[in-house]
Amino acid sequence: QKRGYAATTTQPNDGIQQGVAYSHLLKRGPEDALRNPELAHISAVNGETTKMNLFQAVNDAMSIALATDENSVVFGEDVSFGGVFRATTGLAEKFGKDRVFNTPLTEQGIAGFAIGMAAVGHTAIAEIQFADYIFPAFDQLVNEAAKYRYRSGNQFNVGGLTVRAPCSAVGHGGHYHSQSPEAFFAHCPGLKIVSPRSPIQAKGLLLASIRDRNPVIFFEPKNLYRAAVEEVPVADYELPLGKAEILKKGKDVTIVGYGAQMYTLENAIQLAEKKMPGLSCELIDLRTIMPWDVDTVVESVNKTGRLVIAHEAPKSSGMGAEISSTIMERCFLRLEAPIQRVCGWDTPFPLIFEKFYMPSMIRCFDAIKTSVNY
Amino acid sequence: MLRNTTKILSLYTQNTLRKQCLHTTIRTSNAAAKAKLIEKKGLPNWSNEDRFTTDMKIIESTAPLKAYRVMDHTGQILDKAHEPQMSKEEALYCYKKMVQLHVIDGILYEAQRQGRISFYMTHYGEEAMIGSAAALENDDVVFGQYREAFMLLYRGFTMDEMMNQCFSNDMDYGKGRQMPIHYGSKKLNFQTISSPLGTQIPQATGAAYALKLSNSRACTICFFGEGAASEGDFHAGLNMAATLKCPVIFMCRNNGYAISTPSSEQYKGDGIASRGIGYGIDTIRVDGNDIWAVYNATKAAREIAIEENKPVLIEAMTYRIGHHSTSDDSTKYRDRNEVEERAQFDNPVTRFRRYLEHKQWWNQDEEDQWRKEVRSSLMKSFNAAEKRKKPDLNQMFSDVYDELTPNLVAQKQELQELIKKYPEYYSTKDYASSS
Repeated sequence: QKRGYAATTTQPNDGIQQGVAYSHLLKRGPEDALRNPELAHISAVNGETTKMNLFQAVNDAMSIALATDENSVVFGEDVSFGGVFRATTGLAEKFGKDRVFNTPLTEQGIAGFAIGMAAVGHTAIAEIQFADYIFPAFDQLVNEAAKYRYRSGNQFNVGGLTVRAPCSAVGHGGHYHSQSPEAFFAHCPGLKIVSPRSPIQAKGLLLASIRDRNPVIFFEPKNLYRAAVEEVPVADYELPLGKAEILKKGKDVTIVGYGAQMYTLENAIQLAEKKMPGLSCELIDLRTIMPWDVDTVVESVNKTGRLVIAHEAPKSSGMGAEISSTIMERCFLRLEAPIQRVCGWDTPFPLIFEKFYMPSMIRCFDAIKTSVNY
Repeated sequence: MLRNTTKILSLYTQNTLRKQCLHTTIRTSNAAAKAKLIEKKGLPNWSNEDRFTTDMKIIESTAPLKAYRVMDHTGQILDKAHEPQMSKEEALYCYKKMVQLHVIDGILYEAQRQGRISFYMTHYGEEAMIGSAAALENDDVVFGQYREAFMLLYRGFTMDEMMNQCFSNDMDYGKGRQMPIHYGSKKLNFQTISSPLGTQIPQATGAAYALKLSNSRACTICFFGEGAASEGDFHAGLNMAATLKCPVIFMCRNNGYAISTPSSEQYKGDGIASRGIGYGIDTIRVDGNDIWAVYNATKAAREIAIEENKPVLIEAMTYRIGHHSTSDDSTKYRDRNEVEERAQFDNPVTRFRRYLEHKQWWNQDEEDQWRKEVRSSLMKSFNAAEKRKKPDLNQMFSDVYDELTPNLVAQKQELQELIKKYPEYYSTKDYASSS
């Protein structure tokens, strides 16, 4: 079962059961799932849940979108047979080949086509096969989609545009199947960037992204497609964009991340609280990377005085830099230690060195320790 | 015992070998028949029956496509069967709009030179493209590049609306956010212009697909120059239009220059039309200075697009008489004589005017009268637009998203405080006051 080339380790270090499989962040029971205050409204109406992994949750969200919006379509490379990550399985059969279809191999075409559809009021859900290949679409997304409403004086808009792309490390992806390019787009006014950590989050955030009246790029951590499994409510529900979620309350240090990094951070916190008894860490999942929930993080840092940010994307000019600067501005006098950033090194994503590249549990633990002992 | 085993074994081996040989023989003759069947069935990426040839021919470029024209350069109809059955009223409407655009171009170009507006682009030499506007319906969505104001004028864009955009004042539909000539009009179905070239091509394809899905019986039309057709978006947009069967008319204005780059440096093949054929798209090349050729081709293209749900490519051969823009001086890279020759010999406005005069639908007096009228109403709009205030400062922060995000709320507040703090650096007297 263990693949020799895989970068991830499964043996427990320091007594911590690492990885998604052991995570307490995932809601494995129906009561667990519905206990979420953000989902309170649906448990009254329809409390049914079903076991889904992340790609199934994404599939379910798209299915609901296609069913509830007659002007919505799903397209991209290879989506017709179900997609290379099975995210679009069954959709073409259920909704028809004119609404779920393959495009030729052209990301700039996919993005431009999606913008055109959205510009005349349709809902375009475009898939880019890997986030690493989103760059040919950069011009369309940054120069066109992001500016469509603004430059037209609000006569036109592409609110109906959503672009989905699998992102982040997968253990053996190397340069071009592991990237986390969120920072390139976060720097562009007019776009929203969202990244879910789990199936329940993915379904709700994707539905919210599709229905949000702004162009949204939805980055799905591919390593979680099969690994993250939860009891997901079957109802049509949305989770709020622009709102971070506090996953664990604490009083000594604030830890911020998004996507797959949440599981690494969970483990780092377990290790830190084990090694430093009495330590209590607060864990925050941004969920929406742009616009990010400044107030929630500020409130947390005002309480703890310490901040650790972690992301797979390279350190320089990554989201950590943006968060760090903003928190420094807002919480300068409250800070007890320099803000720590645990990120990928400033190199292209290296295949054989992945284990050393990633902001792993031990590196995140080390940053927490540095912050707390400063 | 061992010997028996060996005997049995050798018998077995012999039998097996014999069977294999038999199988091989059958396989060989079956193989030939099967191969023939497979060859006939073909591959998903190979369409024709007669797929092979023993003649090794490296194909050199084919003969250039001829350009369709209805009138000669003097405005004489060459083939009566192709003369559009347009009423005098309709034809004069086209002509008057052509002239109106020509006059507006002259005045606004000068206005830029005098520093009254920051930028302008003229349409000199390409006025016959207005024939495409006449061939479409109001529901057909227009994705332009930047030299298609004729489309807006034809559909009823007023000179006030044009001037407001060029002066970036508080009445500009674009709220002063973009450079002059970046028009957009929701009510006229003209998508707002953006500066990056070619980006509109796959967008027009997607919009057409949406129109098809909603059974709207409308098409999109997408304009671009021969230079923009070198962009990757052209390839993406046309290929997707063909594969996804989108009702889009691709209209290429081949005007000979992309700023200073002549078409001989832009492509080596037979213009843009030859590429359409490569994508499996119905294609026609037309004389872009012949309003009737442009009109007829667009009308036919629209019918194909809407009835058959497929794209059509029209390459309109024309010539850019003016400079690329007010930031350009084309005398630096082309011969003045070349320009003058084209302006005299093959002027789209004069050609159409001669046609109208042949039909006795127009004369010099009417020409003078119309030009006077246009100038006068244009100057009224111009002066009014120039005097108006610019949009209020809140418009800098709105419409980035449907609603202001927290960072924008904070930044808007920050700017307001700066203005209060340093009023001598931030005079707002030219801007409409925020309510």
